[in-house]
Amino acid sequence: MAESVLGPARRTTRRIRVVSSAGIVAAVLLAVLLVPPLVQLDQQAVDLAAKLQPPSWQHPFGTDDVGRDLLLRCVYGLRVSLLVGVVAGLTATVIGTAVGALAAAFGGWTDRIVMRLVDTFSSVPHLLLGIFIVAMFRPGVGPVIVSVALTHWLSTARIVRSEVLSLRSRPFIDAAISGGASRGRVIVRHLLPAVLPQAGLAAVLMVPHAMWHESALSFLGLGLPTHQASLGNLVQTARGSLLAGDWWPTLFPGLFLIIPTLALAGLAGAWRERINPRRRSELML
Amino acid sequence: MNHRLPWGPMGRMAGRRALLAVPVLAAVTFGVFAVAAASPFDPVKAYAGTAGLTASQENLDQLRVNLGVDQPLVTRWWNWLTSALSGDLGDSSVMRQPVADVIGERLGWSVLLAASAFAVAVVLGTGLGVLAARRPGGLLDRCVSSAAYTLEAAPAFWLGLLAIWFFAVELDVLPAGGLTDAASDTVTPGQVATHLVLPAAVLGISQLPWFFLYVRQGVADALDEDPVRGARARGLRERTVLLGHALRSGMLPMLTLIGSRVPELITGALLVETVFSWPGIAAATVQAATSVDFPLLAALTVLATVAVVLGNLLSDLLYAIADPRVGFDG
Repeated sequence: MAESVLGPARRTTRRIRVVSSAGIVAAVLLAVLLVPPLVQLDQQAVDLAAKLQPPSWQHPFGTDDVGRDLLLRCVYGLRVSLLVGVVAGLTATVIGTAVGALAAAFGGWTDRIVMRLVDTFSSVPHLLLGIFIVAMFRPGVGPVIVSVALTHWLSTARIVRSEVLSLRSRPFIDAAISGGASRGRVIVRHLLPAVLPQAGLAAVLMVPHAMWHESALSFLGLGLPTHQASLGNLVQTARGSLLAGDWWPTLFPGLFLIIPTLALAGLAGAWRERINPRRRSELML
Repeated sequence: MNHRLPWGPMGRMAGRRALLAVPVLAAVTFGVFAVAAASPFDPVKAYAGTAGLTASQENLDQLRVNLGVDQPLVTRWWNWLTSALSGDLGDSSVMRQPVADVIGERLGWSVLLAASAFAVAVVLGTGLGVLAARRPGGLLDRCVSSAAYTLEAAPAFWLGLLAIWFFAVELDVLPAGGLTDAASDTVTPGQVATHLVLPAAVLGISQLPWFFLYVRQGVADALDEDPVRGARARGLRERTVLLGHALRSGMLPMLTLIGSRVPELITGALLVETVFSWPGIAAATVQAATSVDFPLLAALTVLATVAVVLGNLLSDLLYAIADPRVGFDG
């Protein structure tokens, strides 16, 4: 939908959405970057006398089964999840961009074989493939990042490939080739910069998805070790106290996962409308 | 649809796809073996268990030869593939029974759960989608759409745990997990039904956003088209227009895409079956992974791939039946 056909009310709602998304993302980044070095509180501080306290002014999110403050645990957990999400998302985007751009730039048999392989490995559900990789390599930060990155470059490769294919027939590429540019130079100087916005968008949307995968793996006991508690680990440990009726150790880590995801998706949607206004924004998860 | 189904072209398409699936499955099984070979996983130690810690090197070497682990990767993969084709998938160490038996016992429960969840998602998604599409941008549309985006971002295991807390702990109206009551030793339909409610509802609701958004978009688009305008102009009742005209043309493309949702359904089942201790194959996959049970894990990964390939075939067949312009060429 073009900007001009939107009424003033719709434009205001959209601006509110973008500003609030940006605000949440900024708050999350500030929290995970600044709280650990600045706040002199130990997230591992055990206080058995204060175990499983419901939310209060002293502990806004309550305490867990050994009396640790859940707000602090959630911030640290989000820090771990976000780190894994960003590293895995960036790795997946770099692999996907490289494979997609090379397949499209070389064309012919290279393209056909590479895209056939991409199709083949898209047939295995991502989480299942991730579970398999982590199980074989033993749970840990490295295997989790590798398993998420290796299962998620496929869609980026497809997007970048189709983008490069449509660029290849444009006059400026012909001009570069008739000007005597080598294939490598055409790819690096002309094709890649043109696909960067699309790849960047894919990367932004990949981060919450990678966080989701990390949480799912950690929840299943196949993710990060418990001393590097991520949001998934927090939910996993909360299972024990849930059956006794204590809901807060389960609820808050989940909200910490959902809210940044929605904010990032909102920002990515606004960005997509800017680079490609014809397509309505939608949440891609 | 009142004309006869084009069985001939449909069969030819299914046959072509089956031929195409052979290299896909070969590549996936080989990939599974290659990942296992590159990993620190040692089948000999896994097989010997704690006895392997005290066993002599000679015994371990003998075991290595007996298990065929000393052979190169391609040979091991080929041996597994040929015996798998004759029905022997190896033995599961965590379940202490042949892999084929594990799958046979559990597949039915997973299919029951997935089918019930799909029914929940289709019914709720269609109902809410039509209501929301009636007034795009209205209060109901905005509420349900925001809820759908939030649900899409919420992990299924978290939804499952909250459902357990609310319905099993706070209200104490539904069981928290398993297939039957802890005390009972027989499986009765009534018990299975009460134990099915929560997992099927959670899995269905985790698949709901996609159905809802699709129906809403399809019906809203159809409401703008000429047949609907014509029906309105003829003075038909709003309900007839909405359900008889707009929903029918808006639903068709969605129904045909159901088959392509198999990967998401498997992902959801992996989490939901684990949360609710449902005795299906997805929960078995997670157990196989946590105890590094390679024969079971490999077989279930391949089985999931087969399910995805079948789902894609189903969706393409339905698509070609629903829209004759597409044809059965793919």
